[in-house]
Amino acid sequence: MIRVLQLIVDNTSGVLSRISGLFSRRGYNIESITAGITADPRYTRITIVTSGDEDILEQIEKQVGKLVDVRDIRVLETHDSVFRELVLIKVKVGDDKRQTLISICEVFRSSIIDITKDSMIIELTGDQSKINAFIEMLSDYEILEIARTGIAGLRRGSEGVIYLND
Amino acid sequence: MIGADAIVKCLEKEGVTTLFGYPGVAICPFFNSILETKIETILVRSEQNAAHAASGYARVSGKVGVCVATSGPGATNLITGIATAYADSIPLICITGQVDSKLLGSDVFQEADVTGACESFVKYSYLIKDVSDIPRVMKEAFHIASTGRKGPVLIDIPIDIQNRQITGFKYPDSVHMRTYKPTVKGHAMQIGKIGKALEKSRKPVILAGGGVILSGARKNLHDFSHKYGIPVVSTMMGIGVLPGDDPLYYGMIGNNGRSYANLAMKESDLLIVIGARIADRAISSPDLVAKNTVLIHIDVDPAEIGKNVGPTIPIVGDIKSIFEDLAGISAKCDFSEWIKTLDGYRRKEPSRKKPRRKYVDPAGFISILSDKMDDNAVYVADVGQNQMWSCSYYKAKKGRFLTSGGMGTMGYSVPAAIGAKKADKRLQVVAVCGDGSFQMSMNELATMMQHKIPVKIIVFNNGYLGLVREYQHNTYNANYSMVSLSGGPDLACIAEAYGIPFIRITDNTGMEDKIDEFLKEKGAGLMECMLDPLDTVK
Repeated sequence: MIRVLQLIVDNTSGVLSRISGLFSRRGYNIESITAGITADPRYTRITIVTSGDEDILEQIEKQVGKLVDVRDIRVLETHDSVFRELVLIKVKVGDDKRQTLISICEVFRSSIIDITKDSMIIELTGDQSKINAFIEMLSDYEILEIARTGIAGLRRGSEGVIYLND
Repeated sequence: MIGADAIVKCLEKEGVTTLFGYPGVAICPFFNSILETKIETILVRSEQNAAHAASGYARVSGKVGVCVATSGPGATNLITGIATAYADSIPLICITGQVDSKLLGSDVFQEADVTGACESFVKYSYLIKDVSDIPRVMKEAFHIASTGRKGPVLIDIPIDIQNRQITGFKYPDSVHMRTYKPTVKGHAMQIGKIGKALEKSRKPVILAGGGVILSGARKNLHDFSHKYGIPVVSTMMGIGVLPGDDPLYYGMIGNNGRSYANLAMKESDLLIVIGARIADRAISSPDLVAKNTVLIHIDVDPAEIGKNVGPTIPIVGDIKSIFEDLAGISAKCDFSEWIKTLDGYRRKEPSRKKPRRKYVDPAGFISILSDKMDDNAVYVADVGQNQMWSCSYYKAKKGRFLTSGGMGTMGYSVPAAIGAKKADKRLQVVAVCGDGSFQMSMNELATMMQHKIPVKIIVFNNGYLGLVREYQHNTYNANYSMVSLSGGPDLACIAEAYGIPFIRITDNTGMEDKIDEFLKEKGAGLMECMLDPLDTVK
């Protein structure tokens, strides 16, 4: 089972290693982890995609929630949250196939951000299924490099927003 | 005022009167500043024992224990002690000196990334890089160590920060942490459910762990169990929650526990687990408990609840506070039939095997010893066969039973006993260890003598690492590997070298008188009991 956790943590040095260290020493999986400052610079928002059975996922939530630096932890449910990931893909492509590739990129609303005689870098933002579908479409090309950011997510609507006053 | 003065001032403000430590250059500013105060400093002989001593001190005083070491090897030596305290949820402040902050990360002499190394053994850690952070960090550290599920907090302070001037020092009156807010009060509705569960139950059992002692709720447990007549069993860390002769106390559970304690748990229809982890050594197969039993799990750490077994009624909060709320509920129940059944089991417990004539019988020795000890004495058990015997035959009264439960750290008893004695010098403190565990910390005899800390030490000598030998006997068909402890030392000579009175007993004749004599002697004492090398726990 895959689960997306959203953490609001104190923006202190070493906080990311404390969280990732907990995952590694207790043998929990991290599919992806992203971190960035929130509107309030004292806090960092971390989005972790993890997996496990129900018991493990419950333990993950409790153990992570217990860390002194963690202000808030909640599950981002797929039905009421939005997720986005950014991917950069470098494809080997010459004159002969460039046009077809550009049309695939248009269908996926991706942008071409670098181009050379024999390669192209494509930028795409979307949820993971869109990104996977795009990569699948590129299977006829030689992919030189991929850089994925891991997902960031937010719950929809104004309910359940965490206000950080103190 | 420099940073080191500020740290010392903070310790004073927190009411610290004693600390255990070992110096080195990187912590010298601190040890220089401490001379200006009344805080007593105990020089141990190895840093690990500073943490163990602070642990014994914390457990007996109910305050936070403090230990201090230097950077590099001083800090890394401390780690086993920190991990030991962490496993048993003992509140400690561990202060380590660190190399100059400008040199951090450049592998200079005696640099070790101790905050990184301790990451998984501390409740929290700080590396102070700004001298003005000292008051806040110290305040937070004491707060974190002593609230919620207690535990060690590490503060690493580079030498230049200790030497830097600090202006406008003010120790905060209160702690303000945005992220750390442990639950104290139990959920009222959940607590209410306990009454109903009791009324429905015919065979309830309370399993009490170390958390009951840590939250200072021994009397509350006594009152609650006696109000309804609920039998109580304990984990190893819970030994002493009720006196051994309390009719409602049915002993320690687990592989090395009492068979009737395990039976009580197995047959119960309502199990109330309080401040215990339901760990592997206590319950070999946690699934067995949950099947037909209503399980109430009370713990201050939400992550312990449901970790090993899924409870029917989880309650998170401080145990003492929850007991206070529990006193307000009422339930009509009568468990006298159940008690009769359990008393029947207790009577049927096979008497322990026949003592071996030519040697000291550890079981008999420990029961006489604990009989003769003061009512409020502290008994510190080490790790190994001696620990199993101590758990089985120590008779709790009003005193304390200390041991390294979670980590099982050999060598814990002597330094922890030193700390316990420092916490309250009126208390009789006895450390009981094996010849293996004694040799891991016998260097601390010097600490005892230097600082005049009269602890009684009893060494069970069987010339083996007995518990491992027993395991190899059973598992590897007596193919012994690395377990013989031949090679001495002669403890009479050791005792003489340190100037400690010494008694050796070789069999059971006149044991009572010898124990009496040993305990009555005013100062420190070392007693060696010669055991059958092949004696076993079971």
